[in-house]
Amino acid sequence: MDFKKEVRIVCGWIAYFGDLLLRLLWHLVHVIISLFYFTLGIANALESYLISWGVLKRYRSLHVNKLRYLAIVVESEEAYETSKIIALLQWLADIGVKHVCLYDMEGILKKSKDFILAKVDGAVLYGETHENNKLLDQTHMTLEFASFCDGKEAVAKAANVLFMKYVKSGATDQNQKGHIFTESQMSEALKTIGSGGPEPDLLLVYGPARCHLGFPAWRIRYTEIVHMGPLKSMKYGSLIKAIHKFTRVQQNYGK
Amino acid sequence: MDGNRRYAKKKKLKDVMEGHEAGCLALMSIFVYCYELGVKFVTAYAFSIDNFKRRPEEVEKLMDLMMQKIQLLTTIVIRFGVRVHFCGNLQLLNSDVRAAAKKLMEDTCDNSNAVLTICIAYTSTDEIVHAIQQSCEEYYYGDKKCNGTSGSYYKKKKMMVNLVDLETNMYMAMTPCPDILIRTGGEDRLSNFLLWQTPCTHLSVMLSLWPEITLWNLVWAVLDFQRNHPYFQKKKKLLL
Repeated sequence: MDFKKEVRIVCGWIAYFGDLLLRLLWHLVHVIISLFYFTLGIANALESYLISWGVLKRYRSLHVNKLRYLAIVVESEEAYETSKIIALLQWLADIGVKHVCLYDMEGILKKSKDFILAKVDGAVLYGETHENNKLLDQTHMTLEFASFCDGKEAVAKAANVLFMKYVKSGATDQNQKGHIFTESQMSEALKTIGSGGPEPDLLLVYGPARCHLGFPAWRIRYTEIVHMGPLKSMKYGSLIKAIHKFTRVQQNYGK
Repeated sequence: MDGNRRYAKKKKLKDVMEGHEAGCLALMSIFVYCYELGVKFVTAYAFSIDNFKRRPEEVEKLMDLMMQKIQLLTTIVIRFGVRVHFCGNLQLLNSDVRAAAKKLMEDTCDNSNAVLTICIAYTSTDEIVHAIQQSCEEYYYGDKKCNGTSGSYYKKKKMMVNLVDLETNMYMAMTPCPDILIRTGGEDRLSNFLLWQTPCTHLSVMLSLWPEITLWNLVWAVLDFQRNHPYFQKKKKLLL
């Protein structure tokens, strides 16, 4: 009996040290990965400086007119850095980007909307431009501000708009179940409640991870999503590189 | 699962369908790796509603391939005790594929070791519209049934299709939001896949074409996700 107990104790210790060794190995792997990303960060920073200085020829010409609508997702903690946001928008204005949607999950950017609009030269609020604006012939940069509530909650509101129309139309025959709403009706309903902004061509994520953080789902079907790293280390050259890469993308749209 | 056709071109295969065959094998092996790693929920984007725009011959061959692979999948999932769920607008599929998919779902509905969800005839926007439709029908016809009155009663009553109703009626309602979304083929977009379910998901882009995906690609995606795990946990808590 004592022998069995001792064997159990020894097995327990082996399992404990084995587990400890695996954990140490896991931490070591993550240290190596962090070093890899650190090195990659240095290489990317160097490349972005070379792009900024015009050394890399292929980034000198940018067909920015292909980028009709740009979205920027910012981690909410970094969204308080309005000076960085304003600097980023100035860069975009210098590059020639005309329409930008600024998004953060918690709506911090919405609260700073007036300040940002006042500080960015020539910026106007999206929706306040002339009635027939189709995102063309803009001399000003339009800015849209969005947050998490413009995503799922907006879809729920649009659902009620659709439902009301359906009930009012009187077309409530049980035989029509299953085929009452279409995607274009949904798009119209979203416009009705003020959440019908255009689909961005490109979405730049400024934050620790590549994640769209709840940007309105209806609007990012075919949007190119690029992770730019934290806002505090944003670089002009990286911005140019991301836009340049976008202008070279070709989509099949499922075909 | 992007890159089957490019894989066929790269390997100079006789027919693009051989690329899709290789893609199916890749899905089986990745699923087994996930199972071994202890990943309980795996979702694969097999066929988009947009893919119906392809040449009719290719679509027909893809449907035939799906039929064959559903039969192969049956033996694997029953052995591993995996529940299979087909998500999407299944009415758009031909009757044979639809029947085979429904049978597999019924045969595996009691399995609980893992859940494999295959998105077929699926897009996120179609899923959202479908959820709205279902929610509205439940409200309207359910209300009429309970009250035994006509629609005019309903017009007077303030109704509310809310977010909980929509979430319940999503095709993907039976699986939690994914922690990681992997796109192969080097593309940076989601192509109308799980747009609703991924506000706090790590989006991982792989340069490898789908049939070339290996265990190391999967391990890398998991390690990359783990680096940011505390951040994603914090974001998920905000949404609760």
